[in-house]
Amino acid sequence: MAADSAAISVRVPARGAGHDLRAIKIVLHREILRFVNDRTRMLSMLVQPVLWLFVMGTGLGSLVQGSIPGIDFRTFMYPGMISMTVIMTGMFSAGSIVWDREFGFLREMLVAPVSRGAIVVGKCLGGALVATAQGVIILAMAGLVGVPYSPGLMITLLAEMFLAAFTITAFGVMLAARMKNMQTFFGLVQMAVMPMIFLSGAMFPLANLPGWLHTLTVVNPMTYAVDPMRQAIFAHIETPPQVSAMLNPGVTWFGWQVPVLLEVGIVGALGLILLSVSIAQFRRAE
Amino acid sequence: MAGESAVAVRGLRKSYGKVEAVKGVAFEVRPGEVFGFLGPNGAGKTTTISMLCTLVNPTGGSATVAGYDVVRERDEVRRNIGLVFQDPTLDGYLSAEQNLRFHAELYGVPKSVVGDRIRQVMEMVALWDRKDAKVMTFSGGMKRRLEIARGLLHSPRVLFLDEPTVGLDPQTRAAIWGYINQLRLMEDITIFMTTHYMDEAEYCDRIAIIDHGEVVVIDSPEALKASVGKDRVQIHTDDDAKAIEALRERFGLEAAVREGAVTFAVASGEEFVPKLFAGLGMPIKSVSVSRPSLDDVFMSYTGSTIRDAEAENGNMAFMRAMARR
Repeated sequence: MAADSAAISVRVPARGAGHDLRAIKIVLHREILRFVNDRTRMLSMLVQPVLWLFVMGTGLGSLVQGSIPGIDFRTFMYPGMISMTVIMTGMFSAGSIVWDREFGFLREMLVAPVSRGAIVVGKCLGGALVATAQGVIILAMAGLVGVPYSPGLMITLLAEMFLAAFTITAFGVMLAARMKNMQTFFGLVQMAVMPMIFLSGAMFPLANLPGWLHTLTVVNPMTYAVDPMRQAIFAHIETPPQVSAMLNPGVTWFGWQVPVLLEVGIVGALGLILLSVSIAQFRRAE
Repeated sequence: MAGESAVAVRGLRKSYGKVEAVKGVAFEVRPGEVFGFLGPNGAGKTTTISMLCTLVNPTGGSATVAGYDVVRERDEVRRNIGLVFQDPTLDGYLSAEQNLRFHAELYGVPKSVVGDRIRQVMEMVALWDRKDAKVMTFSGGMKRRLEIARGLLHSPRVLFLDEPTVGLDPQTRAAIWGYINQLRLMEDITIFMTTHYMDEAEYCDRIAIIDHGEVVVIDSPEALKASVGKDRVQIHTDDDAKAIEALRERFGLEAAVREGAVTFAVASGEEFVPKLFAGLGMPIKSVSVSRPSLDDVFMSYTGSTIRDAEAENGNMAFMRAMARR
């Protein structure tokens, strides 16, 4: 044996905040390793948003160009597609919990002497970080759709992306907490995510909608993730006021314009609520 | 913690719905010993080990592992045990070393020793040269070896091995037993394992035979074999039925056909053979005498062979799996 024959003695310390922090870090680190090692996934997660943005966006754009002078329709769609990328990647990360359960690795985590909270927080932060990294690729395409690369805008979008990613991963982890197989999970994700994307203003403007559709968009949490990004982008481009009013109406509650800060607050608060529900689910699952 | 039991179990019970998987078992495992839980599949071995590892809450009774209560002091128990499950629990997308590093961080192994300790346990199972390979490229035996290394990484006081050699080829099984024996010399550790391989139970210091959720007997393999007291004699004849009848009439022995030969148990079998030839009254083609094996032990305590018991328990295990859903 190359190592000295005396065993290296390890005394595992009692549980403390430092230990939980290490657990969060390593769960997060694993998410990133898995992401970096899987280039196919990185590419496949890009296909849909890019198709929507450049194929649907261009096609629809030529149709509606007359009514929105001075702006590329794809500029309008852009924040929606950032959100879409982030949501799908976050959901996929959360789904790996189901995968881990099927392949036994979840057990390795659950028998460790760490709090369930540390594992769930690590997972959500990891998923959020990975989703943000994926979003950065879309962010790099800003110039192609007429969005300026201003540092202030980029930082704002990054922060908003991360927040949205965290919340959606927490949502996914909550769904995955009890799931036994991947098919069920992705079935459920499809069912939940598609309507959320459609009703968020990612694809079409939320101005002048019929009442029932307006109500649905207002109760859709994703609306509050997309709108701040769009507001940030529109603040950095020149658009005629009537076009801006049509494409970037903001969100209104009974005629009251919801401020961006509150929207961001809603997404953040929702993320924290979903996170605590997820942790509770894992505690109970024991 | 000298003198205290590594594992102490009192009246431990677990029911899944109406099915009683473990019906009040009690035993103690001494520090430093290799303790084997022997029984057919579906006898309650995995359920018991799961309760000791804090994965399943007992329905009744109590248990301590490394001096800590498995229900009230779950984290302390977890810190002091290593686990190797029947099914792999590795991340195939990570390298072997990354899997161990993950474990080290999760268990809070002090940073100053993580690297050295990982190297030491990986060298022990002869996987250090494959440390950068992704685990999904490993064979079943390599995965099991890596899991054993991982289970030892945080220097647990008790290592639980649930069927550590099931599904492995004989060479890998021998290698794994080699590691376990080496481990006892190197580290201050108690090993608790389950198995349904009789030949592996021989390696244990003491074994508990478990059947239908109850511990039938606990002792060292030698003492258990001695307790059976009788040797196994097998004879080949032209007419087995007639031979069985003759054995009953002339010697008062109950015999049956097993493995194609007339088989019976008798004290000091070698001395019995001349009497057999003289008194059976029919030709004997061949004879063999063997010391009692653990198979005989199992049979004498449970009334069936381990294979028959497994066939019978198959249905119960299925019912239990359904109840767990």
